Amino acid sequence: MSGAWWTPAAGIWWIVLIKCAVLLFAVITTFAYAMLFERKVMGWMQLRPGPNRVGPWGLLQPAVDAVKLILKEDLTPKTADPLIYRLAPFISLLTAFSVYAVIPFSEPAPGNIWAISDVNAGILFILALTSIGVYGISLGGWASGSKYPLLGSVRATAQMISYELAMSMSLIGVLILSGTTSLTGIVRGQATVWYLFPQFVGFLIYIVTAVAETNRAPFDLVEADAELVGGFNTEYSGLRFGLFFIAEYINMLTVSCIATLLFLGGWNAPFHLTMIPGIVWFLIKVGFFMFMYIWLRATFPRFRYDRLMAFGWKFLLPVATLNLIVTAVVVAVRG
Amino acid sequence: MGRKNLFNVGALLAGLGVTFKYMFQKKPTIQYPSRKKKHAPRFHGLHELRRYGDGKERCIGCELCSSVCPANAITVIGAENTPEDRRSPGERYAERYEIDELRCIFCGMCEEACPTDAIVLTPRFEMSELRRGSLIYGKERLLVPPDAGTGTPPDDRPNGIPSDLGRVAEIKSTVRWEEGYDATWRGHVLKTQTKGLAD
Repeated sequence: MSGAWWTPAAGIWWIVLIKCAVLLFAVITTFAYAMLFERKVMGWMQLRPGPNRVGPWGLLQPAVDAVKLILKEDLTPKTADPLIYRLAPFISLLTAFSVYAVIPFSEPAPGNIWAISDVNAGILFILALTSIGVYGISLGGWASGSKYPLLGSVRATAQMISYELAMSMSLIGVLILSGTTSLTGIVRGQATVWYLFPQFVGFLIYIVTAVAETNRAPFDLVEADAELVGGFNTEYSGLRFGLFFIAEYINMLTVSCIATLLFLGGWNAPFHLTMIPGIVWFLIKVGFFMFMYIWLRATFPRFRYDRLMAFGWKFLLPVATLNLIVTAVVVAVRG
Repeated sequence: MGRKNLFNVGALLAGLGVTFKYMFQKKPTIQYPSRKKKHAPRFHGLHELRRYGDGKERCIGCELCSSVCPANAITVIGAENTPEDRRSPGERYAERYEIDELRCIFCGMCEEACPTDAIVLTPRFEMSELRRGSLIYGKERLLVPPDAGTGTPPDDRPNGIPSDLGRVAEIKSTVRWEEGYDATWRGHVLKTQTKGLAD
């Protein structure tokens, strides 16, 4: 290895590094404004104006929130397991961020793949990472050494295992249709028809399970402020609470990206409106899903715990499996 | 049972429709510090100790307000007037007059009990402080400045509000008194009250 930092071989690493930095910045900015957007939209739906005091139209609110969280005291309860307690938010956050290593944002052009890495098993990588993300919540709640966080994390574990099964099942239908696990390949397979239409059942199941996977209302039993105070993050404060918060929103963004890539044709333009670049279409579609999450949260009350489990195991999983079998049979018969 | 609710997709969609519709409706929020709602003309707010037109204090230190106060928020210690130092027209005046605004429930019974209309409740309600002790109002903060004096009690004045002079004038700059109190009168229907909701 005679490579110095200026050689072409090292150049590739530099490009990846720069891409990572840009993406990190973009994702964090998106998170900040997704949060503001959520508070605004929820406000409108509840006949309030939403945050509008800091900066024009409340645009500086995320910055102020960040400063507030950083300045808050970072408490560790006496009964907590200090190492795991402190580590847990980082597990959540790192897995949430890592997913963006494989998400393609637009059609790969020569010399530019519009993603940090276009791996051929992208969807598997994402599913694996989001599964690890559960550990952040489970361990965080368990290590808090307090009853409500423990209940929250037990719920998190149960909920995520139950819904991840149905979620994976609903995605396999798409994988069968496209015949690839590469995200770019899946999007290319939707050049004419989005998988939304042949896989409509799978799409609906994915939407529902994705809400559950990200612990958003109406599946936010993990936090359940009414019964569990704040669920797994009850004991967390300051920046560590903030990290969980960021992770939640980035996970929201992730599942929106996956839904866009797998069901809504990714960067493919609808109605041949190709004069608008693919990346813009991609962002519009992701934005639609983000709005939908907020919409759901503003509308529906929280599930009861036993119904949540019953719904996952007795309805979603069988339907997802059925959808998978039907898809497989149809694809096999058509050859 | 639960199953029926869970699969009632029509109801779920209807719910989504409601929130979506509400998103575009006009918001009833009043942007508080910059805009203020009109409140009733006889709103019970911060107290004021009044004077006669000649500058003499109305309070005669009878302690009726103190004894009628259901929250025990008023402390009055009276003293005798002397020919050299005549504070009020009667025999006595209030040497100390303190109201603990944190205890006060703003019922207005002191106002009703007062034989000389000395203690009145003004519509001012913005009295937050950083310390509890600061909310025990002494005579120096309750008594209107000597040059503020009009001899009439608030109910008899044209627009039904106490004068806003001296110390009070500072607060006045943030409150649109004229908006809140026009066209309303004791015993009349408060027309402005519902209108006030639209920012």
